[in-house]
Amino acid sequence: MASLWRKYILWFAQEHVDFRISEFESIVKMFGLQFRRLTEQTLKPFWVVEFPNVETAMLYASRSVALRAMFELYAHSRKLPEFHERLRAHVDANRNELAKYFRQDTSFKITVETYNKHFSQREKIEKIETMDYLPIEGPVNLKSPQVEWWYIEFWGLDPTAVPEEPDDILFGRLLATGQRNLIKELSLKQRKFIGNTSMDAQLSLLMANQAMVREGDLVFDPFVGTGSLLVSAAKWGGYVLGADIDYMMVHARCRPSRITQKVREKDESIRANLLQYGCADRYMDVVVADFSNPLWHPRISFDSIITDPPYGIREATEKVETKRSPKDIARTDDMVHYPSTSHYSLQNLYGDLLEFAARHLKLGGRLVCWLPFHREDYDPKMLPQHQYLQLVANSEQPLTGNTSRRLLTYEKCSEYSALNPASIGSTQVPTPSEDFRERYFNNALESRKERRMRKAEQREQGRLEMELRGKLPSDGRSQKCELNKARFTGLT
Amino acid sequence: MKLSTYNFLTSMAIKGVKVGFPLKLTINKKEVVETEFNPTFVERLLPKLDWSAIYGAAQVNPSDMRQKMSFQAELTEDIPAVQPENIGENEALLQKLHHLLFEIDVLEGQLECPETGRVFPITDGIPNMLLNEDEV
Repeated sequence: MASLWRKYILWFAQEHVDFRISEFESIVKMFGLQFRRLTEQTLKPFWVVEFPNVETAMLYASRSVALRAMFELYAHSRKLPEFHERLRAHVDANRNELAKYFRQDTSFKITVETYNKHFSQREKIEKIETMDYLPIEGPVNLKSPQVEWWYIEFWGLDPTAVPEEPDDILFGRLLATGQRNLIKELSLKQRKFIGNTSMDAQLSLLMANQAMVREGDLVFDPFVGTGSLLVSAAKWGGYVLGADIDYMMVHARCRPSRITQKVREKDESIRANLLQYGCADRYMDVVVADFSNPLWHPRISFDSIITDPPYGIREATEKVETKRSPKDIARTDDMVHYPSTSHYSLQNLYGDLLEFAARHLKLGGRLVCWLPFHREDYDPKMLPQHQYLQLVANSEQPLTGNTSRRLLTYEKCSEYSALNPASIGSTQVPTPSEDFRERYFNNALESRKERRMRKAEQREQGRLEMELRGKLPSDGRSQKCELNKARFTGLT
Repeated sequence: MKLSTYNFLTSMAIKGVKVGFPLKLTINKKEVVETEFNPTFVERLLPKLDWSAIYGAAQVNPSDMRQKMSFQAELTEDIPAVQPENIGENEALLQKLHHLLFEIDVLEGQLECPETGRVFPITDGIPNMLLNEDEV
């Protein structure tokens, strides 16, 4: 049977835009989906994509976090008259197939969505009225319609330069929503156990998609922290294993991160997080271990490794120090001993991480990790490389004015062999001129102190100008003081 | 710590240790956590595991006598010493392996390096594999 290629509208959230295309590519690869992408400009929130059948389209929507909703395309055009012509022609041509949506006993709703231009309710209704040629016979039901059509106008991406005419006009039937409800479900605000560097729900879901985590996969995070990446991997059906050097963190006894919380609750743990989201079955274990010194059996192979290594800003980069001679102080066997740790440079850490992934990933398995850097010195050449790993995606998330991080996705492309002499030193981590942390704190364009002084100066300037304009500066705090004063003077 | 994780851990991080596997497991306190049986996952995991260590884990006696009775009856006879062929078709064995590898959670105990005798404690179900400065 010849497959019926159809066009679909994919409506994306305009957030983490750089991650959209890699997520799409990962999902179609994971399910082995056929597609033809008709939209060239991937920054646009509305794409037109062809899939061979509706099942394929639904499979895609069942995993995408970047996707808001998916529609079956009826017609689209840049020009309004042409759009109506095409819509009319489409409805005519598919009369038999579409009849069930237009039937008398089928309630409907038409939603008007305009991007980058605001329209009043009245104007929106007028837009709906222009499509009065649609042979709709059913009743309107705004709350729970049986069929939902969307009329979409795309007015460009730049809010300061809205075009005269819309860039695109689309009409389609709502098929499915993406998985953005999971972002709310897994929100850190409600999560049992979080730390300073817990990854937000959306990004961790995107990471799990990049890693192509599927039902029954074995997923590992060597810098597990509070397990925020394990949550999303487990949510997609992966069995999760984690390791971290921080004993207090893994045992959930470190200082709480919530401002309202003074002490950690007894039952906080990574397992409790999974339990909270109904995937406790997916919890394998967490282990206190030093990543710089591998302890995993050579046989073990992971389907994916998802991790957010410490950058040395909010969490320290550390490993157990190597010392020639033990300290002289007497140590009895039963005494608790915390090994001293030393700085683990990001460069060595990434070198170790790529080598570990090359050894322990299955063929075709993916390593997904973040790399922080200073934007001005970004150069694709600075990305770590490994002979057995191929970089398949690279998306940027800006962090502060001059720093950002990139989500790197590597795929293992050939079987690791320790015997191959070429593999020795096969990890290439170019040396940045300075350490990320060093540069972050000490060598920014403007030091923190300078910045503070500049801001204070600006505020003072503003206050003076306000006084010149004859306006009395009153902030909330001084108002409160005045009010209190008034109260007390009134009493006496 | 689940016994599947036990199968992954070695002590080869210690300076001078070559293999460091299997570690000697001592169980002081364990718990059985019922989890959903997923035969495909057990089967997929098997090639990543070392059968002799699976068998070894089934033979471990909890130090507590009361637990010992039930534990041994449960497992010792269930797991054959040599890995049988076509495990995938043997649903009963897969079920037992699932119980052994995923449902038994060692809460308190220790892992001992077979070469140096270094002990790694397990507390609250989490093994501490950190080494001291003079061991790495």
